[in-house]
Amino acid sequence: MNVIRFEEVSKQFAVRGKGTASAPYAVRGLSFAIERGELVAVVGKTGCGKSTMFNLLIGLSAPSDGMVAVLGRDPFAEFAHLAGKVGVVFQGDRLLPWRSALANVEYGLELLKARRADRVQVARQWLLKLGLEAHMDKYPHALSGGMRQRVSIARAFATDPEILLCDEPFSALDEINAALLRNELRRLVKESGKTGMLVTHSIREAMDVGDRILVLRAPGHVTAEFRVADTLAAVGEAGLKRQILDAMGQEASLQDADALGPAAAAGRVDSAA
Amino acid sequence: MLWKKETVITLAVIVAAWQLASHFLPPFLFPSVLTIGAEIGRIATHAKALGSVAATSARILAGMAGAFVIGGALGLLMGRVRWVEHYVHPALTFDQGIPALSWVVFSIIWFKTNEFRIWFIIVMTTLPAFAFQMYDSYRSMSKDLVEMALSFRPSRWDMFRTLVWPSVLPGIFTAWKVNLGNVARVVVVAELVGATSGVGYQLLVQQQQFDMAGAMAWTLVLVVFVTLAQKVVELVEHASLRHVVVSERMA
Repeated sequence: MNVIRFEEVSKQFAVRGKGTASAPYAVRGLSFAIERGELVAVVGKTGCGKSTMFNLLIGLSAPSDGMVAVLGRDPFAEFAHLAGKVGVVFQGDRLLPWRSALANVEYGLELLKARRADRVQVARQWLLKLGLEAHMDKYPHALSGGMRQRVSIARAFATDPEILLCDEPFSALDEINAALLRNELRRLVKESGKTGMLVTHSIREAMDVGDRILVLRAPGHVTAEFRVADTLAAVGEAGLKRQILDAMGQEASLQDADALGPAAAAGRVDSAA
Repeated sequence: MLWKKETVITLAVIVAAWQLASHFLPPFLFPSVLTIGAEIGRIATHAKALGSVAATSARILAGMAGAFVIGGALGLLMGRVRWVEHYVHPALTFDQGIPALSWVVFSIIWFKTNEFRIWFIIVMTTLPAFAFQMYDSYRSMSKDLVEMALSFRPSRWDMFRTLVWPSVLPGIFTAWKVNLGNVARVVVVAELVGATSGVGYQLLVQQQQFDMAGAMAWTLVLVVFVTLAQKVVELVEHASLRHVVVSERMA
């Protein structure tokens, strides 16, 4: 069953005084589907429409054309119906600075009207699971970047959503923490049997986390799709990276190109992790 | 500690300068510190005088509460609804340009009840500051946090309670602190003209009796009230915003 479905989706942002008629496309003719239990990485260069696609997916933005369906519902028009069903980990931790780590994890449960005792218990369990038991009462400013991102992951998982959506959640972290957290994220999603999507500009990250990789190219359309295990078996790691880079376009960024190196930083990080 | 060492030194210098001046100038211009102290003592021990202090304090708080509720609501609406902003923002800017004394005259012409007149004057003179502070705080709310909160699909009330209110709270405290000083000045002018009680009325009496010690004493009582009120706001602010980090260099 398709848990997430994009059908010929386009998005143009209105230009003041001119409307959308002549506006450039942020996303154009985007189509893909994600099955229940899949963990899909969407990779693409900066400006290829990843964030627009993400906002369409979580219902913060409406498509100009085409159809978006999450669990069979329109995430924009039926915004409230998806409460508690979709968990989001954003780029940057986006923790509420006036709440402790525990209260931040409780946040989603509080909005879902869970009983205080229950939500405290669940939040504590998640912080424990993510190794933050000693930091529950600390405010975000007293936590490191990695800890804060762990809290935000705990916050997304605490509501027990069916779908977990992650928008470049590790881009602000150092490579060691990023590698540790993406392994942890994959483990948590797989253990809980949730459906997940990770949006990233890092090929390394997409390969580490995704069962399947969708390559996005401007203006926001899928140019290639890879089943990670099958492709790795067929062409090896370097081959998969090359194919992803090709699908991303010729002018791959330096950071993406770095991922091509045989013992690239990512490889060393993985062993360190 | 209620006051810093520097504050105490500054106040001591002012008192000493006044006392020095009182030795060289006639007492009806510069009464001695002791005489002023005795007047303050009289105010503090007489029920009727204390009633005047209480009346002014109550007027200040009632007026500011009214301005806070109305101005706060307008500020939030301006931040939330574009067309409200287009209409209300110029009106508030216009209001800001009207002198407090004009509001005193208008309210005397428009209204019969003294208390309502004073309340109206305070509301009209402090409302723009509350509204603009709330509006700015709302507009500068983190878009990232708004999107994060929206991802949980909260009700409007929950959104307000858990995100908007904590975000605008620092601005509210700033508005209260700034307005307290302004209101103290406005309320005295309003009481001078129309009231039969309060610090402003008492100042009028002192002026008619050419009693400088009394005028100073009543002024100082008002200053003490405003200072204490500021301290209370600061204490509440400190307790509410304990998550705010100040750079070691800025502390």
